[in-house]
Amino acid sequence: MATVDMKDVKKVYAGGVEAVKGVSIAIPDKQLCVLVGPSGCGKSTLLRMIAGLEAISSGTVSIDGKVVNAISPTDRDIAMVFQNYALYPHMNVYDNMAYGLRNRGTPKAEIDSRVRSTAKVLELAHLLERRPRELSGGQRQRVAMGRAIVRNPKVFLFDEPLSNLDAKLRGQMRVEIKNLQRNLGVTSVYVTHDQLEAMTLADILVVMNAGLVEQMGAPLDIYEKPASTFVASFIGAPPMNLMALKREGGHARLAEGVTLGVEPPATAATLGFRPEDAIVGQVEGKRALVLPAVVEAVEPVGAESFLHCAATGDRVLVRVSGRATAKPGDKLSITASLDKIHWFDAAGKRV
Amino acid sequence: MTPRVVFPNKVLPYLLVAPQLAITLVFFYWPAGQALYQSMLKEDPFGLKSKFVWFANFEKVLADPAYVNSIKVTAVFSLATALVAMSVALLLAVMAERVVRGKGLYRTLMIWPYAVAPAIAGMLFLFLFNPSIGTLAVLLRKAGIAWDPLLDGTDAMMLVVTAAAWKQISYNFLFFVAGLQAIPKSLIEAAAIDGAGETKRFWTIVFPLLAPTTFFLLVINTTYAFFDTFGIIHAVTGGGPGKATETLVYKVYNDGFVNLILGDSAAQSVILMVIVIALTAIQFRYVERKVHYG
Repeated sequence: MATVDMKDVKKVYAGGVEAVKGVSIAIPDKQLCVLVGPSGCGKSTLLRMIAGLEAISSGTVSIDGKVVNAISPTDRDIAMVFQNYALYPHMNVYDNMAYGLRNRGTPKAEIDSRVRSTAKVLELAHLLERRPRELSGGQRQRVAMGRAIVRNPKVFLFDEPLSNLDAKLRGQMRVEIKNLQRNLGVTSVYVTHDQLEAMTLADILVVMNAGLVEQMGAPLDIYEKPASTFVASFIGAPPMNLMALKREGGHARLAEGVTLGVEPPATAATLGFRPEDAIVGQVEGKRALVLPAVVEAVEPVGAESFLHCAATGDRVLVRVSGRATAKPGDKLSITASLDKIHWFDAAGKRV
Repeated sequence: MTPRVVFPNKVLPYLLVAPQLAITLVFFYWPAGQALYQSMLKEDPFGLKSKFVWFANFEKVLADPAYVNSIKVTAVFSLATALVAMSVALLLAVMAERVVRGKGLYRTLMIWPYAVAPAIAGMLFLFLFNPSIGTLAVLLRKAGIAWDPLLDGTDAMMLVVTAAAWKQISYNFLFFVAGLQAIPKSLIEAAAIDGAGETKRFWTIVFPLLAPTTFFLLVINTTYAFFDTFGIIHAVTGGGPGKATETLVYKVYNDGFVNLILGDSAAQSVILMVIVIALTAIQFRYVERKVHYG
């Protein structure tokens, strides 16, 4: 059981490319920290630095209060689940799981009992003699998990472990990973580009962009109060509607004939509201943002429908529950209550 | 499994494989058949007439102590050459993986010796290790080693093995580098995280995954040592001293084209053919079982 501390960690590659530009994250014991962000944001590099697979250019990574910059991955007492699972193809499931224990000189009897009990937990007991290529994608994923769990390491590292699975299996494994991590109480770092995985798994959610931390906190806090337009459009699906404000004579407005309903903060340059925070139609007697809009497309998903609309030159998405009555070409009003509106300044920061 | 394609035309498939078959027949089966036929003939000293003697040539050859010696020499030579050529190549390939700067140049330079003709390679080593003028021979003598490949059979064997292996290292290196590159990097990383040190990683992960390459090279190197090293032996020792480096293929040449005992020579080449076929069959039957293909 351990804490993981990153202090001003930077990664500069030989060519001068800065992949991670100074990241500080403190992960308390037994917590699951999810690093989320688009491709190339440095999240995987950061994870690999914690693992010791990439050298740390500057700053420190500590595990359990001990700086591990100069310690090889072999001696960091961590376990990692790779995106492609990285199972040893020439070993059967049993040997794959036992490999790490054997390397650490665990007694044979203990290896056997640990491998078998872990296999039981992961429902792999009947597959122990199989080679990885004789397993399905989901089973391979479980073996990769088993190989990490059986060692009982200080820290689990997950590098997009579910991205090679189909949607149904991904949902299933997501819950299982969460439960396992809870039950075992092992501090974990989990990298993903999937915001749904990030939201559901994280105790601490870290949104990264271009080598920097954009926002860090509890998933729902981030959802409710995104620190920037980047976070607002990355967390939540479908993403938040963002509309640029125009300044005319000291007053901010959207377009001709649109009432903002409130005077925005002085520095606000963008307003945003989530598709689920808007309704179709007008609410009498309540001060709200009302947008005249034309429906461009309707996406029925079943439990809900998404209306893609054009409003004052912007594209606006609205989520309505159940079957939508609107059809493409329909004119309607979109109303968002004022307390659900987010304001961002010219640099994209929350006001 | 890809679905089987069936030719509606009965003649076309045979026409399509005909060129390949023709080449195989003309260049492989015909000479092999000739050798087989020749091995059962006995010629008179002037080469004017020959007599069909069934297996008499084989009986004579196998009873000859010089031939039994040649088998031993070949076994030692082939085993040593394959072992040295493959292990040195593997070591170099593993080291080349770690080269950060100038990787391409390093690899290119490593491949050059393969472009050198066997006889030239032989001459090179002959000069380098010549007891009277060789640069390296001088160093060896200075180090207190009584080096004389012209008189000492063991020294001569070491010299031809070195020359033969040196030439084959490039080829093996190329395949080992390709083999190493085909091993996913994440496997090595996973093994490192699983607590395996560098040496352990090599023997438990890299080496087993390299097995298909190693097995392929084992077959190739054995065949190389058996047949393609003729030029080196001819240039360096000529089979001497005292037949200490006379391999089977060299003896075939010596008996047939120098001593002009065609029947014996043909019988030897048939035996050689059988040995290599048997060896390859054994390699595929027993060694390949231990090979894991990805």
